[in-house]
Amino acid sequence: MEPLRRHDGIAVPLRRANVDTDAIAPMRFLVSPDRQGLGRALFANWRAEDPDFPLNRARWAGASVLVAGANFGCGSSREMAVWALAEAGFRVIIAPSFGEIFAINCFKNGLLAIALPEAAVEALQDALEKGAGQSRMSVDLEANLLVGPDGASYGFVVDPARRAALLEGLDEIGLTLKREADIAAFQAADRLRRPWVYETG
Amino acid sequence: MSTPRTLFDKIWDEHVVARLGDGVDLLHVDRHMVFELTGAIGYRDLAAKARRPRNPELVFATVDHVVSTDIGDRETATSAEGRRMLGLLRDGLARRPPRAFFDLGDSRQGIVHVVAPEQGIALPGLTLLAGDSHTCTVGGLGALAWGIGSSEVEHVLTTQTIRQKRPKRLRVIVDGRLAPGVHAKDIVLALIARIGAAGGTGHAVEFAGPAIGTLDIEARLTLCNMAIEFGSRIGQVAPDDATYQYLAGRPFAPKDEMWERALRHWKTLPSDPGAVFDREVALDASRLSPQVSWGTSPEQSMPVGGLVPDPNVMPDAAKREAAIASLRYMGLVPGEPIAGTPIDVAFIGSCTNARLSDLDAAAAVVAGRKVAPGVRALVVPGSGLVAAAAEAKGLDRVFRDAGFEWRAPGCSMCVAANGDVVAPGQRAVSTSNRNFEGRQGPGARTHLASPATAAASAIAGVLADPRRRGA
Repeated sequence: MEPLRRHDGIAVPLRRANVDTDAIAPMRFLVSPDRQGLGRALFANWRAEDPDFPLNRARWAGASVLVAGANFGCGSSREMAVWALAEAGFRVIIAPSFGEIFAINCFKNGLLAIALPEAAVEALQDALEKGAGQSRMSVDLEANLLVGPDGASYGFVVDPARRAALLEGLDEIGLTLKREADIAAFQAADRLRRPWVYETG
Repeated sequence: MSTPRTLFDKIWDEHVVARLGDGVDLLHVDRHMVFELTGAIGYRDLAAKARRPRNPELVFATVDHVVSTDIGDRETATSAEGRRMLGLLRDGLARRPPRAFFDLGDSRQGIVHVVAPEQGIALPGLTLLAGDSHTCTVGGLGALAWGIGSSEVEHVLTTQTIRQKRPKRLRVIVDGRLAPGVHAKDIVLALIARIGAAGGTGHAVEFAGPAIGTLDIEARLTLCNMAIEFGSRIGQVAPDDATYQYLAGRPFAPKDEMWERALRHWKTLPSDPGAVFDREVALDASRLSPQVSWGTSPEQSMPVGGLVPDPNVMPDAAKREAAIASLRYMGLVPGEPIAGTPIDVAFIGSCTNARLSDLDAAAAVVAGRKVAPGVRALVVPGSGLVAAAAEAKGLDRVFRDAGFEWRAPGCSMCVAANGDVVAPGQRAVSTSNRNFEGRQGPGARTHLASPATAAASAIAGVLADPRRRGA
């Protein structure tokens, strides 16, 4: 996984609560075993229906930071929602709260999901919408600090395990494989304790 | 005396392989359910990295999301891309055969969360994961089950473990008793309307209280199915005699002496008296009426006898804006009765409500009546065995005689991945779990409801209260 320590880029506001992963990546793009090409799925319905949808606006073209509403990424566990965001160039998602599976999927793919208080998220969205062309933000995961388009800075807290994984670009499967002795020992003991788990039907 | 523990904590503690620091535990995964939509990619990516499933004997597979629900040659009727996914899944499973694979043509094929309990794959006290958010369903048997993304699917396949931080605990206590015509679906819709689509985020939820004890197992599965719709990845009901009766004799459940050993263990699992939950919510089942969703989030649900809410009187600005957008999408007028809203489609199916008791409840409403002209009504049983059991009781005839389509098992119109879609602008009453914009097809308008309410609406041609047998 590609590490993420600092990120600087254009941020786009998306003022809407409970944006679900069906909206982020509609199903009709997902009936395919391909991981590539999902960028075109990203918010496809809203992009098609609404010329003023933030991701259609020239001022936020090329955005890599999304400043979203509460419970962003709720619903389906489809990791394709994260792959779609990643392929479209997003590296950081800021919201008051996240769907939990989505947030996990973000970190597994090197995207940083930052939860900030609602008021801070709204201040960032205001700054992005009102700022005269100012839409760049910077995020420093090493310092746990982000700077909005108006220069206001915000501290943030990321789960320490996820933070470490992002900073180092860790391969979690590789790390767990190094625990093989623990896994084997657990199963050996567990087979005696709960044999029905292993000897089915 | 040890500290009183919750059902959730007992199961979690029993599965800790290692503590990894920063509050993360490495947990053993007892059952991994695989299906084509996420399994195809999982197995292919695994092979590409020259990794192998560690414990294929703990893997169970089915196909449900992309497969055609046409009666007949379902393979051919499945889309070309869908068949590519099936092919990749079959290749992966052939390399390291799972404990069982319920492919097309197998009478046991069906929706993953219908198959897992039905086959006795899900059991009390087990950890069970799948690459689908509704895996929480099988917590209704007292399993610790949740949905994961593709990266975690790969991790589980490779290591038979998962890295996880322990969530907080939420107990939902449901008192009273459901009135006739009111079902588990109505409990959970009313709960989500009350606590919100993120009301349980960060928590594992246990449903408890007198009303839960009286629910049959399939109703408990319905209840836990929708935990994710209020943000809880995990929903559970403590196992009891009803659970054990349900599981006894199921194909992959333990037998004979092994059953007795398992049973002794299962009886230790329910939350101890005095176990502490981080939060509690109470609900009175006897005050509930049939519910229906009016918006594009499950939290936008209401009694079917009520009036479409007026955003202008909502105190919370974000909820107000969301309501305005939802009502525009749904084409509803504030202050109007929601009952009587004309529908185009009635869908009875999905991992929420496609079990035999769901079809029974719908058939009881439908019997001897006809689907309203112009309404497309369909029943998609949750599995081949559900379909067979329903056919043995003559339910398929009841539905067909009324004008319903009787289809083959799969996720179908809940997730609209197999060609079963609601057309743009059309309005569906659906027994599924998500009324998101575009969920049942671009521009589709979804009203979530119980099977009884969906059936009554199909007959009336409008959203209808199942307790009122219209003329």
